[in-house]
Amino acid sequence: MIKKLLPYSKKYIPYAILSPLFIVCEVMMEVRIPFTMAKIVDYGIMRQDISAIYSNGLVMVVMALISLVCGALAARFAAVAGIGFGSEVRKGVFGKIQDFSFSNTDKFSTASLITRLTTDINMVQNTFMMSLRMFIRAPLMLVSAVTYATRINSKLAAVFFAVVPLMAVVMALFGGIAFPRFKVMFEKYDKFNSSVQENLIAIRVVKAYVRSKFEKEKFKDSNDDLKKASVNAEKLMTVASPFMMFMMYSCIVAVLWFGSRLILGDQMKVGELASFISYITQILMSLMMLSVVFVMSVISRASITRLCEIIDEVPDISDKGADPSLEVADGSVEFKNIYFKYGDGKYILENINLSISSGETIGIIGGTGSSKTSLVQLIPRLYDADEGEVIVGGRHVKDYTLENLRQSVSMTLQKNLLFSGTIEQNLRWGDENASLDELRKVSEIAQADNFVSEFTHGYATELGQGGVNVSGGQKQRLCIARALLKKPKILILDDSTSAVDTHTDSKIREGLKKFRSGMTTIIIAQRIHSIESADRIVVLDNGKIDSIGTHSELLKTSEIYKEVYVSQLEGSDED
Amino acid sequence: MKGEDKSFSHNAQKGQPGPPKGRRGFEKPDNAREIFRRLLGYLIKNKLLFLLIAVLVIFSSGSAVAGTYFLKPVINIVSDAVSAGSADGVMSQIAPLIFFMSIIFALGVVSQYIYARLMLNLSQSTLNNIRRDLFEHLQDLPISFFDKHTHGEVMSRFSSDVDTLREAMTQGMPQMITSAVSVAGVFVMMLVLSPALTVLVIALMFVVVNIIKFIGKRSASYFRSQQEVIGKVNGYIEELVEGQKVVKVFCRERRTMEGFAELNEQYRKAATNAHTYANILMPIMNNISYVNYAITSIVGAAIIVKGGIFGIGASLSLGALVSFLQYTRQFFQPLTMVSQQFNNFLSALAGAERIFAIIDLPPEEDDGYVTLVNALRDGDGNIKESADYTGMWAWKHPHTKGGNVTYTELRGEIVFEGVTFDYDGENTVLSDITLKAESGEKIAFVGSTGAGKTTITNLLNRFYDIAEGKIRYDGINVKKIKKSDLRRSLAMVLQDTRLFTGTVRDNIAYGKLDATDEEIVAAAKLANAHRFIEKLPDGYDTILSGDGANISQGQRQLLSIARAAVANPPVLVLDEATSSIDTRTERLIEKGMDKLMENRTVFVIAHRLSTVRNSDKIMVLEHGKIIEQGNHEELIALHGKYYSLYTGQFVLD
Repeated sequence: MIKKLLPYSKKYIPYAILSPLFIVCEVMMEVRIPFTMAKIVDYGIMRQDISAIYSNGLVMVVMALISLVCGALAARFAAVAGIGFGSEVRKGVFGKIQDFSFSNTDKFSTASLITRLTTDINMVQNTFMMSLRMFIRAPLMLVSAVTYATRINSKLAAVFFAVVPLMAVVMALFGGIAFPRFKVMFEKYDKFNSSVQENLIAIRVVKAYVRSKFEKEKFKDSNDDLKKASVNAEKLMTVASPFMMFMMYSCIVAVLWFGSRLILGDQMKVGELASFISYITQILMSLMMLSVVFVMSVISRASITRLCEIIDEVPDISDKGADPSLEVADGSVEFKNIYFKYGDGKYILENINLSISSGETIGIIGGTGSSKTSLVQLIPRLYDADEGEVIVGGRHVKDYTLENLRQSVSMTLQKNLLFSGTIEQNLRWGDENASLDELRKVSEIAQADNFVSEFTHGYATELGQGGVNVSGGQKQRLCIARALLKKPKILILDDSTSAVDTHTDSKIREGLKKFRSGMTTIIIAQRIHSIESADRIVVLDNGKIDSIGTHSELLKTSEIYKEVYVSQLEGSDED
Repeated sequence: MKGEDKSFSHNAQKGQPGPPKGRRGFEKPDNAREIFRRLLGYLIKNKLLFLLIAVLVIFSSGSAVAGTYFLKPVINIVSDAVSAGSADGVMSQIAPLIFFMSIIFALGVVSQYIYARLMLNLSQSTLNNIRRDLFEHLQDLPISFFDKHTHGEVMSRFSSDVDTLREAMTQGMPQMITSAVSVAGVFVMMLVLSPALTVLVIALMFVVVNIIKFIGKRSASYFRSQQEVIGKVNGYIEELVEGQKVVKVFCRERRTMEGFAELNEQYRKAATNAHTYANILMPIMNNISYVNYAITSIVGAAIIVKGGIFGIGASLSLGALVSFLQYTRQFFQPLTMVSQQFNNFLSALAGAERIFAIIDLPPEEDDGYVTLVNALRDGDGNIKESADYTGMWAWKHPHTKGGNVTYTELRGEIVFEGVTFDYDGENTVLSDITLKAESGEKIAFVGSTGAGKTTITNLLNRFYDIAEGKIRYDGINVKKIKKSDLRRSLAMVLQDTRLFTGTVRDNIAYGKLDATDEEIVAAAKLANAHRFIEKLPDGYDTILSGDGANISQGQRQLLSIARAAVANPPVLVLDEATSSIDTRTERLIEKGMDKLMENRTVFVIAHRLSTVRNSDKIMVLEHGKIIEQGNHEELIALHGKYYSLYTGQFVLD
């Protein structure tokens, strides 16, 4: 799994190599220090040789300084490589999401994509940095310290050979038990967070139904669950540290005892015993580091899995087989025997056959869940049909590159979003190079110019995140203007005037007619009023075309249409 | 949230993903001591336990110091024996020393384990308590709090702030205590072993402390700028991932990517610097302790060989030097630890400050004393309180004067008398609203966005309190009614339908927790939701995910209508309840709605005029005032605003 993330470290490989190299240097110095220390004692103090003390002492200071510089450099390089790697992964994953088709995105929830891009990547980044610093350091220190200790006295070093494997086994055991428990803990965390968030979002419902006591009970459960899972996971960690100390103390006691015997038997020197004890500290420290790295990588395994899910997701709509030079010739659209379903569900569009000629205005009407949106989404290839063909401008949609196709097909989404930035910047999504006059012109058609002009800063008015500074109806009109600025050959308005009053709605439609001759316009609406003047109206019912015709034809032929019409007529019979 | 502005709900999913843990809020809060005391208050709920932990921590770190001390006599005895050239009886001489050493170490390890285990329970319980206090207090806060704070903001109290506390408690606190004890103990031991060398070590320590300070300052400022940039990066991620479909439709992938790459690069630079300083501390401290070790051993060795320099330290033995050197290592390690924990500690205080700030907010006031009780009529037609469910409800009104209690039947008559309201004390949202809804009447509100339609209904259930005027419910001033009882007597179907994770059944039963299956199905049938529910994979037991992604907006609305139906209240508020339902479906449910509205006082807010036309009274609102009222025919005859709205001559937005 980690292999999949490695390509992202490419740019920082030199640093990722330099860092451990300097660490090797640092460790080499570090492990020699107690060795030199032994010399000070045994050749200096024991033999009363002051020059040996000075020379060895000086060597020791120099080694420590070299080690310091190397350590500092290694720390810097690790930061550069670790953060660099994290940034590359973040960029890569974000880019990958840009390649996602709608159905790819549907698989992950927005919230989960965001968590992956933030929390999970952070986790991986920190683990990577940590590993760079510890992964070489710890084993190297372990091996060197054991080697030096063996060189001082191989008999006494036997203590380590007994202790180290024992520790390794115990640690592996810990890891094995800890991983599933931590996983459970993180799951409880997710659950806890989402239940709190849900409560906050629905706080008005909670208060309106006087359910705060009920919610408190609910919270208590997930809160206690979280506590239990946390204690259960961290319980192991509370054993780890005392266990380490126990091993260290045992080593010290054993070394002191056996070491004393060896000294008395003239097989070892006093200074050597002292440095031996220093090595115990080093060895156990390195084992401790290893266990930390181990635990972290265990924990981040979950994050890596979640990131790989994104990386492995194959965008199911791509430019494969497209001709980059092919441009959409005109605004004609044809659906041939279309069958479509989301994921593994049942077909929600069946046997759709519909031919729209360039420049025509088509209204689509149908009940909630009649798949109106699903049908039009096939035109700019937001989804691909499971069976049948979608023909735009005389060619199969798959023949165009996505960019060329979508440049010619403009669509307002039901859940339309504006972004933080000025109104002008938002409109320019439609066309980066449009002149201010053009901006104004499309805004006039969308009936947005009048209210935008009323703002103190006009088109330079800042919209908050998600366009929160304008009302629902205003947002819809801005979205229409944005779509128009693309000067599309096909314009699809998906229920995009639902928050606009009928009068303004009519004005928008009048403007559209004049806007671009030859532009095909497809309007999805719930109000008959919005579509009655269309050239043809398609009535969808349960994913099938119920009937097609003009307003007056449908009143005679379509039961559904008539029913909708009558239901809405009541509202406007005074006209 | 002003009036009907939906902006508030927008921030719903913005759970601010926490910054890298424990790196927030480097500034010390002003009232740090007060906050610390409160935190301690949570911790020492069980004083004995806390004391026990403290003793064990001190004991375990003390034992490390004490155990090491035994190195000195052992080495001295051995080296003396070596110098003397006789090994006889030395082992039996050192055996008891080593034995004592082992005992001390063992006790240290055992106490370390016990305190770690106790500390884990204590800290997790503390966190559990803090989270609970926070959540429970949140439930009691007035709606205006939620207007002012985004969900993301509140969520980060639960996630990142509590997290910093966890870190500080589980790691920071024991480490701080251990470190303090170690430093103190080691210092004493060093003094005992050699005052001269101790002076030397202290001098070196000053150098170290200054290095820590220097690096700490740098690192804190870099971390701060990293936090700023990561905020921007995360904001960008949220906005663009949420708007990803729009990005696709407008082919903005490349530009979006460019914008992201730029921010990401800014982050990389800031974070690299921040982490460099964080990473660098360890190797510097570690190696400085080696330099210190070397210098100390040179000086120490010189003292031993020369029998003291400058006339001091003549009594230093080899064993003492070895022990001393061991101590110098032990002396510096805690300093590094403390310096690393210090940032965590500060951010924990800052986090706690933010949590307490919420807990300290005054809860929603409820000084109502009129309650809702089950009632029945006795033989004389007088209303009596009943212990059992009777189907009849009454307001129980205890009077302060005279101490007698009156009962008023719950009928659902609502009266507004000259109600004036503002959200912020400045901009009047509603002025001088006077209206009367007889029991069982249907009242509709019409008007443009921001005219104050939703606000009126929010005053009714006292989400907000009015500045002037009176609202009476069955003749009783709503201020006198206990809020929970008032709200139980009203059901609301709100603009943005909110469902909860759980089964369809649970969601409907939210209106009445003890609803029977029959009641739930009946309510669903009433709202015309039964049909689609049956078609769901598991019917009424289908699990709805948090944002109800598996059913359509219209279906969600049907469920929220069913939820209101099962509550069976005398007064019903439908706030744009059918806006996401197409007119055909709406017609289908109209019958159900009619049944739902039967014998109830209903307040309807709707954009669609067809929905409001057969109301008993229609109120046309503009800029917070009722400008026209009457039934449909009357208002049409008036040829005023309603007329022009109705005939489509006027812009309604």
